[in-house]
Amino acid sequence: MTAAQWIGGLLVLAGIPFLLLGTLGLLRFPDVYTRLHALAKSDNVGLGLVCIGLGVQSGSLTLLLKLVLIWVLMLIASATAAGLIARTALARGLRPWGT
Amino acid sequence: MTELYPAVAVLLLINIVVGMVRILRGPTAADRMLAAEMFATSAVVIVLLMAFGTDNLTLIDVALIFALLAALASVTFVSRAWSAMTRSRAAPECLDDEGEGKP
Repeated sequence: MTAAQWIGGLLVLAGIPFLLLGTLGLLRFPDVYTRLHALAKSDNVGLGLVCIGLGVQSGSLTLLLKLVLIWVLMLIASATAAGLIARTALARGLRPWGT
Repeated sequence: MTELYPAVAVLLLINIVVGMVRILRGPTAADRMLAAEMFATSAVVIVLLMAFGTDNLTLIDVALIFALLAALASVTFVSRAWSAMTRSRAAPECLDDEGEGKP
């Protein structure tokens, strides 16, 4: 195995715990704002590490750019959803936890 | 390293099944939508891992479409099913979160 394959594989394996911890946050956090906080960030870090790892492993710049495009699209989706859901929850009168 | 990817994909499927607990418990519709969003992210990762694990690179295009449609799902949810105006109308699917947020 070449060095690029090792680095890519390690990046992929490093990304998986972020996805698992995002689910843990979704289950354990007390209200919708904290769950947004857990999901919007950690899940996308995990996805980004997996995408970059697979791109490095494939050894092709085209594939790497395509995977990064997937990541950027998911980042846009997640940021839009987090902002919209948090704003709507406030407008509907949901109080943040602890206030 | 690539032989490991189907096993990792199964691990992420278990992750999705565990996340379904949040859909069952609620309490608001937004929590259920957040769980669905987590499923979308995990699904993209699973499809990418299977693309490289089985050397079937066309699956990357499937992941691309998933990522494109992920934004539409949550925007449609906020604008149609859970907008700030639907509260006063007390639509049946929103009744479960009327008492939410009060200490």
